[in-house]
Amino acid sequence: MSADLYEKVKQNPKFHQLVARRARWAWGLAAVILLMYFIFILLIAFTPQWLAEPIMSGSVITIGIPLGLLLIIVAFVLTGIYVHKANTDFDRINQQIISETEQ
Amino acid sequence: MIARQLFFFISLLGLSSIAAADTVSGEVQKQPLNLPAIVMFLLFVAATLMITYWAAKRTRSTSDYYAAGGGITGLQNGLAIAGDYMSAASFLGISGLVFLSGYDGLIYSIGFLIGWPLILFLIAERLRNLGRYTFADVASYRLAQLPIRTLSAFGALAVVALYLIAQMVGAGKLIQILFGLPYEFAVVIVGVLMMLYVTFGGMIATTWVQIIKAVLLLSGATFIALMVLNHVDFDLEQLFRQAIAVHDKGEAIMGPGGLVSDPVSAISLGVALIFGTAGLPHILMRFFTVADAKQARRSVFFATGFIGYFYMLTFIIGFGAIVLISTNPDFLNADGRLIGGNNMAAIHLSQAVGGDIFLGFISAVAFATILAVVSGLTLAGASAISHDLYASVIKKGQAANDKEIRVSRIATIILGIVAIVLGILFEKQNVAFMVGLAFAIAASANFPILILSMYWHRLTTRGALVGGFAGLTTAIVLVILGPIVWVDILGNAEAVFPYKYPALFSVLTAFVLIWLFSVTDNSERGRKERALFEHQFIRSQTGIGAHGATDKH
Repeated sequence: MSADLYEKVKQNPKFHQLVARRARWAWGLAAVILLMYFIFILLIAFTPQWLAEPIMSGSVITIGIPLGLLLIIVAFVLTGIYVHKANTDFDRINQQIISETEQ
Repeated sequence: MIARQLFFFISLLGLSSIAAADTVSGEVQKQPLNLPAIVMFLLFVAATLMITYWAAKRTRSTSDYYAAGGGITGLQNGLAIAGDYMSAASFLGISGLVFLSGYDGLIYSIGFLIGWPLILFLIAERLRNLGRYTFADVASYRLAQLPIRTLSAFGALAVVALYLIAQMVGAGKLIQILFGLPYEFAVVIVGVLMMLYVTFGGMIATTWVQIIKAVLLLSGATFIALMVLNHVDFDLEQLFRQAIAVHDKGEAIMGPGGLVSDPVSAISLGVALIFGTAGLPHILMRFFTVADAKQARRSVFFATGFIGYFYMLTFIIGFGAIVLISTNPDFLNADGRLIGGNNMAAIHLSQAVGGDIFLGFISAVAFATILAVVSGLTLAGASAISHDLYASVIKKGQAANDKEIRVSRIATIILGIVAIVLGILFEKQNVAFMVGLAFAIAASANFPILILSMYWHRLTTRGALVGGFAGLTTAIVLVILGPIVWVDILGNAEAVFPYKYPALFSVLTAFVLIWLFSVTDNSERGRKERALFEHQFIRSQTGIGAHGATDKH
């Protein structure tokens, strides 16, 4: 029975729209976080002294600390962005696909 | 020496469960009986046994047993996942690493966190839509059940076994220090309690034990961090300044300290952490405990938030320990080193900021953490045996509900006994490499098949089998030939394979061979498997046909 439904979904242009949109967001956000992480790792490997410089003269806080904390926060914020996008946009299209398929 | 420490910590920090194995290194001195800790731990045990009793009454079907009936919410599951991840060793190990070398601790935390957004973007929804109880459900969705389930089950069991041993040894050592109780005693307590939770309460009890522990750990760590900040009037500049003033390394603790120095190791480690996380059977299993893909997404969002917050706390705790305990003779041995080793930093700090009662609380939480993590591991291992091997391979999917659960319960008891026996046998062994190996196997054997089965239509059984098996063996062989086992354990002068983390190489091997043996697979079976991808893809995207939450009992 599911097989018939799947054939129906395949004919629905909205399905291809959903796939394309989700892929754009998922891979885009994945690229952002991976890029940030590997840049961070390479900074540590190649210019650790830059990360150890103070954020301003007279401070003991180094550039690496806000940068590291920022990475943690960005990771969380990106998951929030994806979840929001999926809960609103993707789920809406998906609901339409499902209701159109079950008719 | 730095290199040794690096591995040591990495192995400890390992995701979920890192073994508290190394939480306490080498021989430990049994401490005097710690009554407040024992009383608080007993309270935890009483509460969790009550939950198990309640869960047991609600556990009727296989869906209840393996997946809590799909009735866990996104927030609850997020806490449970975070609980799996925030092990005793990640709490004690990361704060200990910050205590020892400052900034390097933050670098590690970030490595452990970064896998989570990726799991959300690429895996969580499809996994939930395609699977039912185990990740092998997804891997074998359109491939031949017998070989793929068998390979996945062995991949899962290898990871579970390595982790369990490391956890058991860690529990025994930790308990000697924290509670002043004998090693064997601790190992048996952990084994027996875990068998009770899992056998009677299944995933419902396992999840709630994990949630309670996550809340206790987050609250305890928050309290310590607040007390530290209070000590410096909530001025971070002040905290760092005082830490620099008393630390041996001075200003060096504020920047990278050389733990990650060569790019190949750094990237290989990154690969192990990211792909390994996405291949851990007990973590993947949690995605089937929620109702649908939407809740699966929410789980990761909350989990990432809790884990990120927790890592920030451990950073403050580590620096707080430098300021508050590294100069206090109460916490130091005669030679000026921390009693029990650097990984005891958070424990000592809890006493410094909250007195004996709070020390008892944190000690109890540390032990509860091990208990919760081994329960999750055992359930994942038992499911691989009962759902993948027994029900799907031996009974070809025709197993009766109650028989399958019975097999799972028997498997749990056997795993529990094996864990106790091995925990006692390995007391004096170096188990640090086991967690690293578990990660490498998860990244090289489980993950490639899982991700390609969801994303690549040309994957066939032949490719998955050859590549997955090659990934598994490469990971094991490279760990054995690497510096940790070949040099440190076997005593050879020089490692055959120079890197500590084989993941970059073993994961690559797996992917290349899966690709090669799939594209050259011209068999009739291979053709059929490729044709099945389209419907699988539609289900993974829309959730049509996915296993939903079962009716509440």
